Amino acid sequence: MSAVAQSATARRVPRARVADWVMPWLSVAAVLLLFELLPRIGVLPEKHFPPISQTLAELGDQLTQGRFWEAVGNTMQGWALGLGIAAVLAVPIGIVIGSTRLLYRASRGLIEFLRPIPSVALIPLAILIYGTGLESKVFLAAFACFWQLLIATLYGVQDVDPVATDTARSFGFSRIQRLFRVTLPSAVPYIATGVRIASAVALILTVTAELVIGSPGLGRSINLARSGGNVELMYALIIATGVLGLLLNAISVQAERRLLHWHPSQRRAAEARE
Amino acid sequence: MSARRERWLGLGLEVTVPLLALGLWAVLSAGSDTYYFPPLTEILETFADTWVFERVGSDVVPSLVRMGLGFAIALVLAIAIGLGLGLSPRARRAAAPIVEFLRAIPPPALLPFAILVIGVGNSMKVFIIAFVCLWPILLNTVDGVIGVDLTLRDTARVYGIGTRDRVWRLMLPAASPQIFAGIRTAVSLALIMMVISEMVASTNGIGYFVLQSQRSFAIPEMWSGILLLGLLGYALNGGLVMIERRLLRWHRGARASALG
Amino acid sequence: MLKVEHLSKTYGEGDDAVEAIRDLDFEVSEKEFVCIVGPSGCGKTTLLKCISGLLPPSGGEVRLHGQRIEGPPEQMALVFQEYSRSLYPWMTVRQNVAFPVRRKHSAEDTRRLVESAVRSVGLTGSLDRYPWELSGGMQQRVAIARALAYQPEILLMDEPFASVDAQTRADLEDLILEVREEYGVTVVFVTHDIDESVYLGDRIVVLTPAPTTVQEVLDVDLPQPRDQVATKELPAFARYRAHVYRSIKRKQPEAVPVETESARA
Repeated sequence: MSAVAQSATARRVPRARVADWVMPWLSVAAVLLLFELLPRIGVLPEKHFPPISQTLAELGDQLTQGRFWEAVGNTMQGWALGLGIAAVLAVPIGIVIGSTRLLYRASRGLIEFLRPIPSVALIPLAILIYGTGLESKVFLAAFACFWQLLIATLYGVQDVDPVATDTARSFGFSRIQRLFRVTLPSAVPYIATGVRIASAVALILTVTAELVIGSPGLGRSINLARSGGNVELMYALIIATGVLGLLLNAISVQAERRLLHWHPSQRRAAEARE
Repeated sequence: MSARRERWLGLGLEVTVPLLALGLWAVLSAGSDTYYFPPLTEILETFADTWVFERVGSDVVPSLVRMGLGFAIALVLAIAIGLGLGLSPRARRAAAPIVEFLRAIPPPALLPFAILVIGVGNSMKVFIIAFVCLWPILLNTVDGVIGVDLTLRDTARVYGIGTRDRVWRLMLPAASPQIFAGIRTAVSLALIMMVISEMVASTNGIGYFVLQSQRSFAIPEMWSGILLLGLLGYALNGGLVMIERRLLRWHRGARASALG
Repeated sequence: MLKVEHLSKTYGEGDDAVEAIRDLDFEVSEKEFVCIVGPSGCGKTTLLKCISGLLPPSGGEVRLHGQRIEGPPEQMALVFQEYSRSLYPWMTVRQNVAFPVRRKHSAEDTRRLVESAVRSVGLTGSLDRYPWELSGGMQQRVAIARALAYQPEILLMDEPFASVDAQTRADLEDLILEVREEYGVTVVFVTHDIDESVYLGDRIVVLTPAPTTVQEVLDVDLPQPRDQVATKELPAFARYRAHVYRSIKRKQPEAVPVETESARA
C-alpha cells in the first residue's frame, strides 16, 4: 500500500510545484470569503461578526484618522520605552553576572525564583505606584522584558568558547579587552534572539496595561470599541494590532539576520523558537 | 581557591542569597509606615489568613480549573493540528499566513473579542487561555515533525511501519523535545492570560482578588495575592522541569552520547 | 531473485540536473552475498535506496521475484550506516527490535523472534538498555538484530561498518557472515572498502564513478567459512583485492576483460 502511495507522490510532484505560491493566497482568500459569507447567510450572528468587508472598510477609515494614529503612537511608546529600559538594565547586568562565576552562582537562585513570576501579577502594584498613565505601561513591559533579556545575556556570556578566552589570555589581553573582543561578540547572537522575543513580550504587556489599567493606546481603544458596541471598529483595531505585531516581529527578525548572518551560532539560536 | 571549595561556596551562595534577600526585605519593611509597602510580616500573616485555606475554594480552585482546562484543550488541538501541518507541506503552505497573523496578535487584544462573543463567564476565560496557548505548541510541533531525521523516517518506511505507529511512536516522540519547549512557553502564557482575563471580567479568581484588593486599598491582601501568583509561577515551572526530565531522559542521554 | 535492469536516477531538472546512476544492470540470486563496491562519491547509497524502494528510479526498474519494486517491499530489510540515527533513541533495544515485528506477529512470537535475533548478535545482556547507552559497534548490532527479527528474504546493508573502529569492524564482518548462515538470508552489501568486499562477498559488483554504472561483476572463489587471518593470508585474496582495486581505478568500462563479462550471466 505504501508502495502505491509512494509512486503517487512521485507523480504528483510537478502539479504541487505549480500550486506552491498560490496556496497561501488561496487560503487567505478562502478565509476572507468565509468571514464575508457566513455572517451574511446567518451562520455566524451578524451582531457579533460583521461581514469582513465592513471591518476592512472601517480599518481603511481609521487609517485616515488622527485618533487612531495617536493610539498607535501611545502603544509604540510603551513598547519602545519598556524594551529600551529593560535592555539598558538587563544586558550590562547579565554581562557582569555572567562573567563572574561566584556572582553568577550567588544570583542564580534569586533569578530562578523571580523569573517565573507572571509580570501581570504586578498590575495592581503598578497602578498604586505609577497610576494609570504611561509609566505603568512602561514599568510592566520593562519588568517582563528584563528577565527575558537577562537570561539570554547570561546564556550568551556563559557559552563563550573557553578556547577563545584562553587564546586571548595567552596573548596577554586584559580582562576588559577580553570582555569586548571575545565575550561580547560571542554573546551577541543570544542577546539578539532575546531582544526579538522581548519585543513581542513588550507589545503584549503594553496592550495588557492599556486594556486592564486603561492607559491610552490600542488596547484601551479596542476595549472601548467593544463596550461602546462598535463591533466593526473593535475588529478593525484588533487586526491593526495584529499587523503591528507582525511588523515588529518582521523588523526584529530582519535586524537579527542582518546583524548576525556571519555567525554560526545564529543557526543554533534559531532553533529555540518561542 | 580550590575548585572544590569554590563549588561548595557557589552552592551555599545559591541557597543563602534568596534567603538573605527575603531577610533584607523583612528588615527593611519592618515597622514601615509606607502605605504601599507594608511590613513583610504583615504580608505573610495576611497570606496565611487569606490563602490557608480561606479563599482556596472560592478563588484558587476556579483559577486553576480555568487555566488547566484551557491549557489541556490547547495541548490536544495544537498537537493534532501540528502533526497534520507537519506531515503535509501543502497544508502547511496554506495555513502559514493565517497562523502567522493569528499568533502575531498580542493575546490580550483578543480579550474584548472573547467577551463580546462568549460573554464574561468561565468559557470565555477557558477560550482565551486555550487560544493563546495554542500557538507556541502548534508551531513547535510543526517544527519538530518537519525536523524528524530522514534516516529515522526511511527506517520506518523500510520496515513497513503503519501510519498509526508512525505518528504515535515515531513522529510524536521524535518531536517531543521541541513540543516540550512549546509547552513551557504555553504554560507561562496560560498563567498570564488567566490573571488578565480575571482582572478584566470576573467575580472570582486570583487575578480578580489581587486587582480588587488594590481597588479597595487592601494593600497587604494585594501583596499576598502577588506572592501567591509568584509561588504558582514558580511551582508550575518546577513541575514542568520535573516532568520534562522524566519524559525526555532519552533525549538528554542521546544528545550527551552524540557529543561525547 | 533480485534483478536491476537499466536503472537510472537523475536528481533535479534542467540545468541543475545531476545524473547519479546511468543504465545499471545486475542480478542477485537466492542466498547469495553480493558486495557492491565503488569509489567514494559514486551513487552507492542512491542505488541502494532505489533497490529498497525508498527512491523512485528515473528510468529502468528493480524486480524482486519478477515483481517491480515501487515501495519498500515486505521481504527486504535495510541496515543504514548511521546506526545512531536509524535506531529510535526513546526505545530500548528490545522495543527497537520489536517495533517492526510486533505488527506482523503475536506478542509471544514477537518476544521469541526479538530474543533470538538479539542473542544471534550477542546482546542478550543489553535487551533493556537504550541505544545511546551502547557503543557504536553494539548499536550497529542492534540494527542488525532488528533487520533479522523482521525475517527478510533479502538484507540490504549500506556501508554498515564504515563508522566503527577497525577491530569492531572485523568482529561485525564475521558476525554478519554467521547470521547469514543462521538465517539463510540473501545479502546485498554496499561498501567502499575493497578488503571488506573481497572478504565478505560471493560476488562483487564494481561500480564506476558518477554517473554510476557497472564496471565489472566478479565471482569471488575463496574457501568457506572465511577467517579474518587465514582467508586474508591467501594469495588468492591478494589477487582479488588487486583486481578490484585496478577495476575501480580504471576509467572506461569497455576495458573490462572478456572472461569476467561472461561470468556475469
